[in-house]
Amino acid sequence: MSGPDVATFFSPGDFLAILPEMVIAGMACVILMVDLVVPRTKRWVVPALSVLSVAAAAWFSWNLAGSGVSAFSGMFVLDGYAAFFKLIFYIVAVFAVFVSIRYIKTEEIDLGEYYVLMLFSLSGMMIMASGSDLLTIYLGLELASLPVYALVGFLQKSRKSNEAAMKYVILGAFSSAILLYGISLIYGLTGTTQLAAISAALETGAVSGPLFTLAVIMLVAGFGFKVAGFPFHMWAPDAYEGAPTPITAFMAAGPKAAAFAVIMRVFLEGLFPAYDNWQMAIAAVAVGSMVVGNITAIMQTSIKRMLAFSSVGHAGYALLGLVAGSEEGIASVMFYLLVYAFMNLGIFGIIIMMRRDSQSGDQISHYAGLAKSNRLTALAMLVFLFSLAGIPPTAGFVAKFYVFMALIHKGMIGLAVVAALMSAVAAYYYIRIVMLMYMREPEKEFLLASSRGILCVLIIALAAVVALGVYPLTYKPRPARRSAVGQERNEMERWYP
Amino acid sequence: MEKLFFLMFAAVAIASGLAVVTARNPVHSALALIVCLIQVAALFVLLRSPFLAAVQIFIYVGAVMVLFLFVVLILDMRKAVLQAFPPVKKRFVVGVILVLMAQILAFVFVTPMGLSPAGGWEPTVESIGRMLFTKYLFPFEVVSVILLAALVAAIVIAKERR
Repeated sequence: MSGPDVATFFSPGDFLAILPEMVIAGMACVILMVDLVVPRTKRWVVPALSVLSVAAAAWFSWNLAGSGVSAFSGMFVLDGYAAFFKLIFYIVAVFAVFVSIRYIKTEEIDLGEYYVLMLFSLSGMMIMASGSDLLTIYLGLELASLPVYALVGFLQKSRKSNEAAMKYVILGAFSSAILLYGISLIYGLTGTTQLAAISAALETGAVSGPLFTLAVIMLVAGFGFKVAGFPFHMWAPDAYEGAPTPITAFMAAGPKAAAFAVIMRVFLEGLFPAYDNWQMAIAAVAVGSMVVGNITAIMQTSIKRMLAFSSVGHAGYALLGLVAGSEEGIASVMFYLLVYAFMNLGIFGIIIMMRRDSQSGDQISHYAGLAKSNRLTALAMLVFLFSLAGIPPTAGFVAKFYVFMALIHKGMIGLAVVAALMSAVAAYYYIRIVMLMYMREPEKEFLLASSRGILCVLIIALAAVVALGVYPLTYKPRPARRSAVGQERNEMERWYP
Repeated sequence: MEKLFFLMFAAVAIASGLAVVTARNPVHSALALIVCLIQVAALFVLLRSPFLAAVQIFIYVGAVMVLFLFVVLILDMRKAVLQAFPPVKKRFVVGVILVLMAQILAFVFVTPMGLSPAGGWEPTVESIGRMLFTKYLFPFEVVSVILLAALVAAIVIAKERR
């Protein structure tokens, strides 16, 4: 039996489309070997190479961005949507490397594999953003999360870190299984895993019934785990608290944004004809996340746990944009995730600075009186906290504003009201830290572990949070789905003026 | 003839499946499970899926079960066997299982299934290999990266550090 010609499935040009992914995965292998020969005095080579490979991948992505190519028989697309998310991932990865350099020396986990695993995870996230087939999306998801499991447990001597990794791995595998079950049901019902074909099959109206509903519920549950939405968020606080702090920052901004990229593509491109079926389920997860995340965050004493619950809340806001289901909704979520990456990396940068020698800096009470001795650090922290709370003129406010507007334009006033109320609740625990920093006397002297890397991240993040807040991207949202090639270029130009 | 074979394999599969649960010695359980999995592989052959049958034997019988047996033999299971299961209300458990089974059956029967075998495509090892290296080349390569990442991750986690 001779199969069809190879050329019907892919062409050499397809490999050009995955060049950024190949650069990252390939460089991860190279760094793995370079790490073996680098002398102990020249450890800086490893993070430098990591940053360089991300920069190279970013350069390739930039040049490929407008092509709108669909490669490997429609399993991989390069549209403006994917390019935008890849931009977020590159920023997160570079920032995470910068804030790690000193931290992993303090914690004595200065191994080259740390950066290698981060790069592998990055390549997985990039495949997720570009995946237009449930198969590639699932594989990208696994590639993005597997290295993070190991990174969470990287602090070998810390029981907390080991426990966090264990919990994360088991719940991650569990959620992957649920997701796969949902995917296989979709495949059984529609006979395809390609999102466009699934959408076409759904449009005929032949696919319905309880089995399809079950499939949708499984997909919502599986993706819900990955973005840590209520009621699938139970792993998040432990994993965030136990992980090395730079990894907490990385996973809260990177893989989470990737999961959102995938959710929006799957639900708005593949399952859009069944909007009525999944809209309520997603809305329930979104409202639950906002309420539970924000209210539980109030009760936390550890700042990492508090930020974990706050990220559950933020996932709720971002999901609202998906509930709106409009082009405006998509654009608002994309903007939200970009802003979240900046403010998240910024605030974790400060938490990492607080970790020095025997000082852990994990507790909220440790921040009492910070403003007395370190005025600028406290000011930066204040801006990030205001942005997380959504107070103008920071970017966090604009991000929330866009999501609310998308909801209101679709007539979902009730959801917008709940979301606004919950951000008032959230303001309490963010501003409590501001109060601690400015109104209390310091208990003891602060020793900040600042480094050039962290300062660089803080300055860029601070500038971005303020700039995006004062001068928000004036854009008319353009849909990611079904947009023509020429429009992609326009979109890119709008995002990178 | 085929029916006869099916009945034979199915009967042995069910019998060995029951033996897995009822055997008191965990090694016996594991061996019975191997028998059960081989029968299922034989059923796959009857369904004209030799590739699936081979995978079933390689992965489940070859890798998973051997690992299982190793763990059973390394850990001292004799003490664990003597301990009774924690008391559970049997009726409650059976009830939950029945409800779940009824649910799955209901889903299967209520939903119209439009499954038809792919035309002119035989699930032989050759055609699957061909598909893996043409249509599914990209996912195939991604899987290899995942395996590499998993290897690195496992070594980093397990290795003793100075």
